[in-house]
Formats: sequence, C-alpha cells, structure tokens
Amino acid sequence: MLRAAVEAGADSVYCGLRDETNARNFPGLNFDRAELIEATRWAHGRGAKVLVAINTFARAGQTDLWKRSVDTAVAAAADAIIAADLGVLAYAHEAHPRARLHLSVQAAANSSDAIRFYAEAYGVKRVVLPRVLSAPEIAALIKETPVEIEAFVFGGLCVMAEGRCALSSYATGRSPNLSGVCSPPEAVTFDRSPEALTTRLGGLAIDRLGPGDSAGYPTLCKGRFDAFGQTDYLFEEPVSLNAMGLLAALRTAGVRAVKVEGRQRGKAYVARVAAAFRAAIDALDRGDDTTRFERQLTDLAEGGRETAGAYRKTWR
Amino acid sequence: MSDMPIELSLGPLLFNWPAAQVEAFYARIAEAAPVDRVYLGEVVCGKRAPLLADALARSAERLGAAGKTVVWSSMSLPTNPRERRAGRTLAALDDLVEINDISALADRTPGAPFVAGPLLNVYNEGAARELMARGCVRLCANVELPLTSIASLARDCPTLELEVFAFGRLPLALSGRCYHARAHGRHRDTCQYVCDQDPDGMAVRTLDGQEFLAVNGVQTLSHGVQIVDLPPAVLREAGVRALRLSPHTCDMAAIAFAFRRFVDGEIEAAELRAAVRETGPPGALVSGYLRGGAGLRAADQ
Repeated sequence: MLRAAVEAGADSVYCGLRDETNARNFPGLNFDRAELIEATRWAHGRGAKVLVAINTFARAGQTDLWKRSVDTAVAAAADAIIAADLGVLAYAHEAHPRARLHLSVQAAANSSDAIRFYAEAYGVKRVVLPRVLSAPEIAALIKETPVEIEAFVFGGLCVMAEGRCALSSYATGRSPNLSGVCSPPEAVTFDRSPEALTTRLGGLAIDRLGPGDSAGYPTLCKGRFDAFGQTDYLFEEPVSLNAMGLLAALRTAGVRAVKVEGRQRGKAYVARVAAAFRAAIDALDRGDDTTRFERQLTDLAEGGRETAGAYRKTWR
Repeated sequence: MSDMPIELSLGPLLFNWPAAQVEAFYARIAEAAPVDRVYLGEVVCGKRAPLLADALARSAERLGAAGKTVVWSSMSLPTNPRERRAGRTLAALDDLVEINDISALADRTPGAPFVAGPLLNVYNEGAARELMARGCVRLCANVELPLTSIASLARDCPTLELEVFAFGRLPLALSGRCYHARAHGRHRDTCQYVCDQDPDGMAVRTLDGQEFLAVNGVQTLSHGVQIVDLPPAVLREAGVRALRLSPHTCDMAAIAFAFRRFVDGEIEAAELRAAVRETGPPGALVSGYLRGGAGLRAADQ
C-alpha cells in the first residue's frame, strides 16, 4: 500500500502501528516495528517521507503504549509524528525534541489561535485542518499563522469536527477517541428482505436501501433518520470528499500539502488516486488547466457521489 | 477527600431560548436550586450570543447575589471572527472561566485558573497535567469516559477537581454544518434561528422509530437523558467532586434538589430516578458511559 502510493507519486505516506494508538485500528492494516523500519528505509530510498499517526487519545492509566509508539516512530527514523492528544504531544516534544510533530486532524484545530497554542507549547510544525472550514476561511487562517497547513482533498468525509464526535460510542461503546474506530465492524449488521436491505449499527436501523441502491460503509453521520417530519440523510448523504476542483484555490491560499485518505483502501485505489492528484498538482505547477482531472476519480466515490464538503460555504 | 460533600453545578444552557425565558430560568435557579456553581454563556453557536448578552449579565449578578459561583463558559467550536473575538475576550479575564476549545488557551494568562469543559479532549492524566500546568483547576470529564478512567485521572492528579456530566442530553458532536438549518431546507448563514423551535433539541429517530439523537444547531446530542445514579460513595472513591446538571425545560430546581438529596445519602438511586422522571425530562434515562458501555444503555427502572 505504502509502496503503491509512493510509486504513484505521493510525496509522503501516512501509516500507523498495529494497535489502538492510531485512528485506523482495523484488522489487517498498519505496521509492526520491524515493518515500519523497513518501510521507512524503502521510502527514504525513493525520496518519499513516512509520517506515523499516533493520533488517538491515550487511555487513562495506560499511556505507556502511546509513549512506546512515539519511541518506535522516532527509532524507525519516521519523518514526522502525527498526534492529537496533549499528553502524547507533550511526551514527544520532551522526550524527542528533534522529532517533527504534526497536529492530527483529530485535534480539530480550526483557528489560528488554536494552532498558535500547539505551535508554542509543543513545537508543532504542521496542522491538518478539520473539515469544517470553507476555502476562503482557510486562506484567511493561513495568513495568520506561520505553521504549515495540510488539507484533506479526497476520501471519507467526517461531517462532524474530527475528534469531537462521540456518536459511535453512544451507539456501540467504541469511538475514534476511545478506541481508534468509528462505527466498529463488529457492531454492523445487515437485515435482508426481498424489498430492502436494512443496515444497522449497534442494532439501530440507520439506512434502508432498495435493490438498485449501492451501500457504503454504514457510519452514523451518513445514515437516514426521521426528524422534523421527514426521513432523510439528516447530517450528510453517503458521499465522499473530492476537492480536486479546489486544488488551485487551496494552493493559492497557501496550503502546503493535500491529503488523500487511503489506509482502508486497496492498492489499486491508492495508486489511482495518488497518480491523479500527482498529475493535477504537476499540471498546476506548469500553469496548466486542471479541469480534465476533476472527473477522473468520480467512480471511486462512495455510492458514486461526491462533495466538496465544507470547502464550499453553502455546505454549512 | 472522601468525606467532602459532592458539589452540584449547573452547566451552560445549550439551547436557543428567548432572552426573557433565559432570565426567568436563572432567576428561579438563583432562588430555588441547591446548586453551588452556575456556568453561563453561549457555547454552541456564536450567532445566538448577541441576543442573550444582557439577560446573561443580569442573571450573573442575580446568581452571584444568591451565593452561587458564576463561571463564564467559552464557545466550543469558535470559527468566524466574531466567535473568535468573543473567545479571546473571555480568555483575557483573570477570573475562573470554563474553556471548551483549545484556542482559548492561546490568549490565556499562564497560570490564570480555568475549568476544562467536557468538550475538550482530555482522556488521560498526561493531557490533564498539561492543562493543569497552564492553570486548569477543574475538569468536567468528557462524556465518553468510563468511571475507571476518571478514577485513574483522579489518582494521578489529586489536586484536580473532577466534575462529571450527571444530568441532561449528552453533548456528542459538533460540526461546521447546522443540522437544524439543513432540516429546514436552509444553511447556516441563512438559518433564521430555527433552532429556537426545539428548546430541548430536535428529536431524531431511527428508521425503526427508536428515539436516538437530538439536534441543536451545529451540535448533536443524545436523545436519551444521562443520569449518574452510582452510589455517592462510589463516586467519591473515584475522585468525583462535583456533578454537572445540564439545563433543560423540565424543572431544574426540582432536579437539583433530588440530586442534592441523593449525594447526601438521603435518597436511593431508584428514588433519584423517580424524582427526575417526575419532572418530565425530554428523553428516556441512560447511563451507559460511566459503566464503560454504549452511552445509550438505559438506566434502571
């Protein structure tokens, strides 16, 4: 997966250790210590960077697991550690003052004030923005901060401020902040009848699809609910983010890196998305038009539907 | 520590009530509710704040005169310049304030005392110590935390006062998008303050008709109403110093009175639940989180 991304043109690849210290704690993903060392060596040989996500919130009384993960990332010569928890940031900053720290989207730092706090307290060098800001707001924010800004451009779309959502644990007992998973697979069930497929999370019916409908992974914020006398996608449709059309605006705004979600995807997906964004960014660098890249990835979207999310102000 | 009476706090009002109703509500709290502390301020949506400023200022005076500790609370997701200005003004106060977003710390005088609200992500003793080093004197635990984690925090940070969200719909999520406006076919910038139609939040049911969530503008709450009904001795043992009651339209003075009697050992958990149900809370009582389970797990009958 990491190799597929680098070979397709990614400058940096996110990864995590195979435990609950990262927010993609799903079976079959992530690296152990030896694999991380090997992957980092390989990526460095190709001129690519490896960023290690240690971005969940450490469990009270068991923070050593998160500290050991930080030590492992540093020992593997990772190019940066991405963290959200104040305790993890503090440990990394104190124990490894030369390690480069990025602020995870899970910290939901959405203003230059919040970013200034993390930069002054922990020497954070880059912040991944939560998906709640419009493109003009991002431009205004970048004018107010010297810290590098990274923005999501493709993949899953959290409609809540990341790291500040407990819907999943309310329904299932497990959530991104508590356990590194959202809508945990063991809580997902499907009821099939001749007329419809009902998707359930923790037993709650969160969507019902007819024979022709395509189903995405059932997350609460993209479920269908009854409210205000209507049955509808109350929070968001089952769409995914594609901000390819805003790449030029984000670059003009001063965004330093764009991020593609890939860790729960296949190699072919990762390679295609990375290649498309590489080509679009290179086209921008040459001053070429990028519209021809915009529709290239549409078939990869969840349920075939895409949105530019909060980047367009009317989304709110 | 274990002999100290557990305090009661009234959390910030999360819903969009008319200013006159807000003022009448706090007048009644000042007069009749046995709470030690009242958190005041608009924490959900900056668009509502200007409408409330005068009513809240007068309420603060009245509550203070009645012997309540008044603590101003900061916005939970300040985004636009007006919300951020309000946050900076609050942060600049040297009085005790409640901080609900990390941005408020950027402008806080180092060491000036503050309460870390339940919407901050403090899940462990390392994070708590970071905040304490900057002046945090009390933490209202994030609603997801099980009591075992709260006890672990208390053991590691014995001087930190721990408060627990004990009554009300649970604040579960924040967004840049206003779901009230969306349900009404609008968006946030043209919302016409439709959230005022649901003074306890807009009920959200699953496709099977099960009550599940409640929408309050950019905030999503549980439909179920949290009740902390663990024996006071167990709470004290875990280091809990205060219980937070979150305002709803039901009789909050009666609820505070029932909790006061419960933590003083005058009534049992079943009597507490009965007294709370008597006031007509907006949803079924739930109590899963503190026990380490799903938050929506029903409280005992």
